[in-house]
Amino acid sequence: MNFDFSDDQKQLRDQARKFLAEKCSPKAVRVVLDGKAPYDKELWKGLAEMGFLGVAIPEEFGGAGAGHLELCVIAEEMGRANAPVPFSSTVYLAAEALLIAGSDAQKKKWLPAIATGEAIGTLALFEGKGNPTPKNVKLTAANGALNGVKKPVPDGAIANFAVVAARTGSSGRENDISLFLVDLRDRGVEVKSLTNLDPTRGQAEIAFNDCKAEPLGGAGEGWSILTQVLDRAAVLCAFEQVGGSDRTLEMGRDYALDRIAFGRQIGSFQAIKHMLADMYVSATLARSNSYYGAWALSTNAAELPEAAAAARISATQAFQHCAKNNIQVHGGMGFTWEFDCHMYYRRANAMALGLGSLSYWEDQLIDRMRKKNAA
Amino acid sequence: MNFDDTPQEAAFRETARKWVDANAPKEFEQELSKSSLGRIRLAKHDMVEVGKAWQKKKAEGGWACLHWPREYGGRGATPIERVIWQQEEGVYGKLTQPFQIGEGMCGPTVMAWGSEEAKRRYLPKLAAGEEIWCQLFSEPSAGSDVAGLRTRAENRGDSWVVNGQKIWTSGAHYSDYGLLIARTDPNVPKHKGLTMFFLDMKSPGVEVRPIKQANGMQEFNEVYFTDVVIPDSQRLGAVGEGWSVSLTTLMNERMSIGARLATGVPEMFEFCSKLMLENGLAIDDPAVRSKLASWAVKSSGLKYTSYRAISALSKGERPGPENSIGKLVSGLMLQEIAAYAMDLQGAAGVFTGGDEEIAHGQFQQMLLSSPSMRIAGGTDEILRNIIAERVLGLPGDIRVDKDVPYNKIPTKGR
Repeated sequence: MNFDFSDDQKQLRDQARKFLAEKCSPKAVRVVLDGKAPYDKELWKGLAEMGFLGVAIPEEFGGAGAGHLELCVIAEEMGRANAPVPFSSTVYLAAEALLIAGSDAQKKKWLPAIATGEAIGTLALFEGKGNPTPKNVKLTAANGALNGVKKPVPDGAIANFAVVAARTGSSGRENDISLFLVDLRDRGVEVKSLTNLDPTRGQAEIAFNDCKAEPLGGAGEGWSILTQVLDRAAVLCAFEQVGGSDRTLEMGRDYALDRIAFGRQIGSFQAIKHMLADMYVSATLARSNSYYGAWALSTNAAELPEAAAAARISATQAFQHCAKNNIQVHGGMGFTWEFDCHMYYRRANAMALGLGSLSYWEDQLIDRMRKKNAA
Repeated sequence: MNFDDTPQEAAFRETARKWVDANAPKEFEQELSKSSLGRIRLAKHDMVEVGKAWQKKKAEGGWACLHWPREYGGRGATPIERVIWQQEEGVYGKLTQPFQIGEGMCGPTVMAWGSEEAKRRYLPKLAAGEEIWCQLFSEPSAGSDVAGLRTRAENRGDSWVVNGQKIWTSGAHYSDYGLLIARTDPNVPKHKGLTMFFLDMKSPGVEVRPIKQANGMQEFNEVYFTDVVIPDSQRLGAVGEGWSVSLTTLMNERMSIGARLATGVPEMFEFCSKLMLENGLAIDDPAVRSKLASWAVKSSGLKYTSYRAISALSKGERPGPENSIGKLVSGLMLQEIAAYAMDLQGAAGVFTGGDEEIAHGQFQQMLLSSPSMRIAGGTDEILRNIIAERVLGLPGDIRVDKDVPYNKIPTKGR
């Protein structure tokens, strides 16, 4: 059994960590947090130069052609650094949708541009409240034109193109949904930036008014493609969440060692020690579940749906738990804008909603476990 | 990343599988696979006798304590081979329950601290299940703070005389030998006045009394010592060095990788899949699904955490500290699952007699037994301290009795 990343993959992780420590300090994150830039363009360029944006994109489409395990270790570091770039929307959502369903021409057009950092992509799925279900997709597509409003669209205000979920039928079934590819500079697209929990990752509203769009994948195949994209993104986001969990655990631990109260390091009080121990437990469970997700993703195993849901739930819970208790360990200082705790707290809670809420994924996991047990 | 054996591991697995297939007591397979929680009981046979027969067969085939050196009854297997063996032994591994304290704790302590003569005399018989060992550490007033123990051993030249009381001793009533830690000097701080021995459990003055537990069962014992004589040749380590010796024992207690802890999740999943509530099956209820999912990911998280440790062993590396979370997670989860299953049963949840509708009372049993899971082998609180201190590097607790002579430490709270 070798249920671990290879030495090369671990080396890549170290390389990513070093790069991000240098180029993505909390100070750099704050430029975006404070609204002085929509995202960190220098960092985005650097990530492209390092080959990180196209790590899982095949060489024939301008990527490094490494694979998803390599993408997982980079994702972990992106989460650890709280990177203020449209990595997840471009790489986990848009690029994966193209890899799964894109025509050769579509792949040739967008994937090399993603790898070089020239194109930012996103997935326009949600329409206000609710979780990813076919019923919640109301935007229509008829005669190659889209009409409707999507929100929140992650990184929608800075994206060049979007994969858009649209209704092409009214049977009440999954095959009512089709996917479309839209160049967001086209006519009929209106983008509005919205304030959100985590300003280091923008959210937008995009209105499509008779907007011309080309199909991505076959008509009526949208939901099945989306399910695959969301499963893959669930695993990749889980690695970001694992990175964030580890980082917030470390921040809490370090503060507990530095801070003196009642004449002792606060990390010598069991109330604090046990809180940190429980954070370690959550982070460890999340990491192990995510490794299984990574295995399923990289081998395209039949277990992926269940593994992805488990990784998603476990990592969401862990990051929320660690980010929340990191503030608690810091006490009053943790509630200041000046300390970095709230950046992770924001990220943890925004990420928990990004691909569908925790309860949505809990539902998915039970359905998938039942399906397996029945088989 | 893969779950495949290396060629050597595959060959070893094949050998083990064939041997188990040819030798296992298959008449007990069904009964053993059904008992997942708590102590194993066989309806018509004595568990210890059946266990001894299996262990003897394993010893003859070279599969008992296989990670031990050959001269002490093992086969010099690597850590990963031991894990593979456990996987292949499967349900029959449950039969080794009476030997686990000896194999996992007493044996390694004798191996590390015993004389060559003692090792050759005792270890092969321990490995073969011919002689069963128990561990005599905990006392009524020394649980988590085991170094505060009171049992005295007084030197009489070539021998020692022991007086005192131990508690929570699994298997004392069928054990042949016991590993005993006792106080040999009450005038020095508590950790410095301890010494480790082993003794024949049939020695005059040893009295074993079963304890009636909170769940109504009797699985553990109290052991009383009245002027029990132990030869000095049965001392392990130097006089006053007992605490260091005990750390060998306790470290081995926490090293059992690949030993699957019961979580209650498969039982709960099955129960919820069948139970009809007023609005349909329990598993279709959103509140139930949410809880089930949270437990399921803890259970799978533990499983894959152990896979990570096994992978480290497979590469010849030392596993990281992540395996220390197992009991902490599963103990509390068992207790929560039991309580929630009973909640779903409503008024009928109160019955322990149990019919099919309430899953034959298995969750009621789980509820009553689960507190011990959070206490035995290190309480939840001690485990959190260990994670905080050894994994996260936080400071140790302030110990007010550290430098105080043992006989000056207060013994009553009020």
